[in-house]
Amino acid sequence: MIPAAFEYVAPASVEEALAALAEHGDDAKIIAGGQSLLPVLRMRLNAPEWVIDLGRIDSLRGVRDGGDHLAIGAMTTHHDVGQDPLVHEHALLVSKAITHLADAQVRHRGTFGGALAHADPAGDLGAPALALDATFVVQGPGGTREVAAADFFVDLFETAISDDEILVEVCLPKRAGWGASYEKFVRIAHQWPIVAVAATVRMEGDTIAEARIGLTNMGSTPVRARATEQMLAGQPATEEGVAAAAALAADGTTPPSDLNGDADYRRHLATVLTRRAVLAAAGRS
Amino acid sequence: MTATQEPTAGAEIGRDRRRKEDQRLITGRTRWTDNITLPGMLHLAMVRSPFPHARITGIDTEAARSATNVVAVLTGADLGEGQGACINAWPVVTDQVTPAHLPMPTDRVAFAGETVAVVVARSAAEARDAAELVEVDYEELPAALDLKEAAENTVLAHPDLGTNVSAVWRFDSAEAGTGGDVEQAIAEARENGIVIEREYRQQRLIPAFMEPRSVVVDPTGEQITVWSATQVPHILRFAMAATTGVPESKIRVIAPDVGGGFGGKLQQTPEEMIAFAVARKLGKPVKFTETRSESLLTAHHGRDQWQRLTLAATKDGHVTGLKVDLLADLGAYVAIVGGGVPVLGAFMFNAIYKFPAYQFQTTNVLTNKTWTDAYRGAGRPEATFAIERLMDELATELGKDPLEVREMNWIKHEEFPFTTVAGLEYDSGNYEAATARAKEMFGYDELRAEQAERRARGDKVQLGLGVSTFTEMCGLAPSRVLGSLNYGAGGWEHAEVRMLATGKVEIVTGASAHGQGHETAFSQIAADRLGVPFEDIEVLHGDTQISHKGLDTYGSRSLVVGGEALVRALDKVIEKARPVAAHLLEASADDLEFSGGRFTVKGTDQGMAITEIATAVFAAHNLPDGMEPSLDSEATYDPVNFNYPHGTHLCAVEVDTETGQVKLRKYVCCDDIGVVINPLIVSGQVHGGLVQGIAQALWEEAVYDENGTLVTGSFVDYLLPTAADTISFEIDHTTSPATTNSLGTKGVGEAGTIASTPAVVNAVVDAVRHLGVSDITMPCTPERVWRAIADGSSGGATTEAAMPHFDETEGGVQ
Ligand SMILES: Cc1cc2nc3c(=O)[nH]c(=O)nc-3n(C[C@H](O)[C@H](O)[C@H](O)COP(=O)(O)OP(=O)(O)OC[C@H]3O[C@@H](n4cnc5c(N)ncnc54)[C@H](O)[C@@H]3O)c2cc1C
Repeated sequence: MIPAAFEYVAPASVEEALAALAEHGDDAKIIAGGQSLLPVLRMRLNAPEWVIDLGRIDSLRGVRDGGDHLAIGAMTTHHDVGQDPLVHEHALLVSKAITHLADAQVRHRGTFGGALAHADPAGDLGAPALALDATFVVQGPGGTREVAAADFFVDLFETAISDDEILVEVCLPKRAGWGASYEKFVRIAHQWPIVAVAATVRMEGDTIAEARIGLTNMGSTPVRARATEQMLAGQPATEEGVAAAAALAADGTTPPSDLNGDADYRRHLATVLTRRAVLAAAGRS
Repeated sequence: MTATQEPTAGAEIGRDRRRKEDQRLITGRTRWTDNITLPGMLHLAMVRSPFPHARITGIDTEAARSATNVVAVLTGADLGEGQGACINAWPVVTDQVTPAHLPMPTDRVAFAGETVAVVVARSAAEARDAAELVEVDYEELPAALDLKEAAENTVLAHPDLGTNVSAVWRFDSAEAGTGGDVEQAIAEARENGIVIEREYRQQRLIPAFMEPRSVVVDPTGEQITVWSATQVPHILRFAMAATTGVPESKIRVIAPDVGGGFGGKLQQTPEEMIAFAVARKLGKPVKFTETRSESLLTAHHGRDQWQRLTLAATKDGHVTGLKVDLLADLGAYVAIVGGGVPVLGAFMFNAIYKFPAYQFQTTNVLTNKTWTDAYRGAGRPEATFAIERLMDELATELGKDPLEVREMNWIKHEEFPFTTVAGLEYDSGNYEAATARAKEMFGYDELRAEQAERRARGDKVQLGLGVSTFTEMCGLAPSRVLGSLNYGAGGWEHAEVRMLATGKVEIVTGASAHGQGHETAFSQIAADRLGVPFEDIEVLHGDTQISHKGLDTYGSRSLVVGGEALVRALDKVIEKARPVAAHLLEASADDLEFSGGRFTVKGTDQGMAITEIATAVFAAHNLPDGMEPSLDSEATYDPVNFNYPHGTHLCAVEVDTETGQVKLRKYVCCDDIGVVINPLIVSGQVHGGLVQGIAQALWEEAVYDENGTLVTGSFVDYLLPTAADTISFEIDHTTSPATTNSLGTKGVGEAGTIASTPAVVNAVVDAVRHLGVSDITMPCTPERVWRAIADGSSGGATTEAAMPHFDETEGGVQ
């Protein structure tokens, strides 16, 4: 497992990184935690001539309180995001998802921004980011721009980040007091989800005032279970009511078929897991 | 279990000794093959075929040759006769169809992953880089991929052979005189009894040992030295000599510390042969270490059978006959044991039972996939799975408890020794005792009550209980039996004892440890027998120049065959020391007693330690007249029989009927492996074995797509469990000592793997049987379980596509 030879730079600022990216263009790849890129290089599925490491750019690391939102630096590791008290308080769904993400070694290396930029439809962070209406801050030669979660995920491994841009920050609107649950379905512990459901709800007494649900691996990008969300809004959090809404979760999805299950099975799983996730988020299980 | 109690003399056997070897293995104070670096050493990278079946029409090595620090690029044609051949040691029938197996073929590849050229460079990275530059032109040929289709010869894996059927091997108890006529038993049962007919699939598995294979060959000096991460240094040396013409005496093979094998390193590999040929050709030391992907793709695979089974029984549940018809996938070549793997199972389908009639047939089929061979249990897990699944089906048919039906049919403890319908003589066992203990540990009746309660309640999570009462034949093997089966070698083992001048002892064994703990167990045996401290014993193995004779480690043979050889060599040392002791103590040899490491003169306090005698023999100043100044001894032991561990395994699983997810709830086993030398090592073997067997039931499967590409080519898709996926096992033992070796030991290396697979599948089926399910194909994935519940099928085939987590399309150069 030896990658092809490449040149390596580790710039100290985003500007320098952007300059390196501009200079080498198509021949360059950005490396964050390397947990997705390194296997690709080692298996020689890809052989960039330049690898630009964001690891020395301190400004890309950490969770910041931005007033009405949290700003998570792209290079913050899964571990650090998962342990962060602000994230726990204002974006519980992300904390929950991270406890299921890979294993401890990977969580200490892999980054929040890297995982989202990688845009694996089976990645555990896309659905929570989508459900929480995250805003992605990307920086390019012409400055920064913001991309809404709904526009960020374009296709399998494809995002709205252009070749000459870097994802610098992900902003999550604060949602203190929301219940959350991430139901991840796997065959063995250290696996990517076959299907997962990210659900977060705001309760008013016994009633679900608002529900936000993202589905993992139910298409080439993370998807929202809009029909379910709408049906849940204003409903009491009963087993039957939630089950009826969850039955709509897979509507309109185009899940893949692979070793772990075909599309039909995934659609079925999505409804079961949605019911469980919503009930758990509502504190009903 | 702790290892803290103080030793008492003569009580090493049975002690929970921590493994001697672990300190160096765990702290890395050792050299694995890949750590070996020799001056001027060159590195190899293989160029492998992406196609399962293709003619090689041209190989352009020009660009690779001129790449940085590339020394040579060689093809099969370049290596010529010097590359030798990969041997099949067990032509199971005299007219077996055996394709020629060159390490590097010259004209045609027969599976995806086969090597077509080798790049030799000054560093491994440069070799890898240049390998990408070798241009091979292939003309694709139709590939025989599906086992059942291949058996019909629709597409030929090797067109020149004219057939895919390598061998049909058959055993019939009426013909052999060991039992009745199975067809008659089935006919009678159809009239007036019960007939159970089933077809089971043994999926293809990958041994997936921890240390990938690695080989270093040094042609400098008088002998060519080969270091290899192998289970079989002795067999490798023989095969290298036999197929290359290099005299055996000019080859030294060393298996340094080796990180696991599970049968997967019981092979003479093409890579070893290519490295050997390249080193000889260039006159330079070379190294090849495979990547994990290469390992999964090209190291031999295991299992892969279809099993058609017919069980006949009386209406009250006494089995009257069993007929077994197998299709076994050999892959592209007949490997070293190869077609012998299903044949090893032939003697085990009747298991612990007294079946009056039995017939077994295997059709061994060549396909264009990675070749298969021994994998932990080799033939016996397949047999145990089939019969233990069938016994559950019979119990269901009868409406009886599965343990009751087994008891009706098993050999009673007072009936040992017992000659089975397959012709083996089981020396000892007590199925009643092991079963009673396992039931007690399990809380069988309480769990059955809970199961009934959950069923009545219609709980979404159903409980299933699975039984497996297994036995196996191990301790390979009596040489005469192997000869009668047309196997190419014997099954003896060799040991030597060297008494050093300082009172220390060296033991040499021909068994070749690769993680089992031989150094500890063999030290315990020698410590007790010689009465010397455990710490003073050194166990040497795995180097044909130190351990010149041996048949290596597989088939749970090291202790039961190699341990017995050791006992015999130790006894010779004591007998050689006796006249010296008599001489020095001025007593008659007949008046001497040997115990606790000392010779004493009966009725006196006069005595001498055997280590003192060793020193005296070293000095040789004062020995009996004519005595050779040496206590060192050796022994070669050929077992008189196989060895038959058995046990009762009980498994409880919870099945989420909404998703099909299976969760282990409880697993207990009571194994009878005779006398236990080291309980800690035994627990390790049982635990690891259980996980491997459970993994076959639930997780692992090597899947090819319709292009002949291995889809499960990395650990992302080939699902190996970790500790997080298993539960704490409760294990115990009953003890029926083996009567065919002096320590009373039975093999344990494969027991857990053989027993656990059917226990788990039986439990899964039991959980959902009331929902109309009678079988689920392995591995019992959540999807399969869910489908089985939905439509009563066995779950359907696996979709042949991997989950893509690594983006192959992103940026850069392809
Ligand atoms: C054994 C293993 C198990 C795993 N299991 C899971 C799992 O269960 N669930 C899960 O979600 N993930 C899993 N992962 C993936 C893990 O989450 C990775 O950390 C993540 O996918 C990539 O993050 P990274 O920081 O390592 O990025 P890298 O691998 O360094 O980069 C990934 C891609 O994103 C690009 N990139 C990275 N950062 C930026 C940026 N700031 N701007 C623009 N482009 C960027 C890179 O160029 C590259 O194309 C697993 C990984 C491994 C090795």
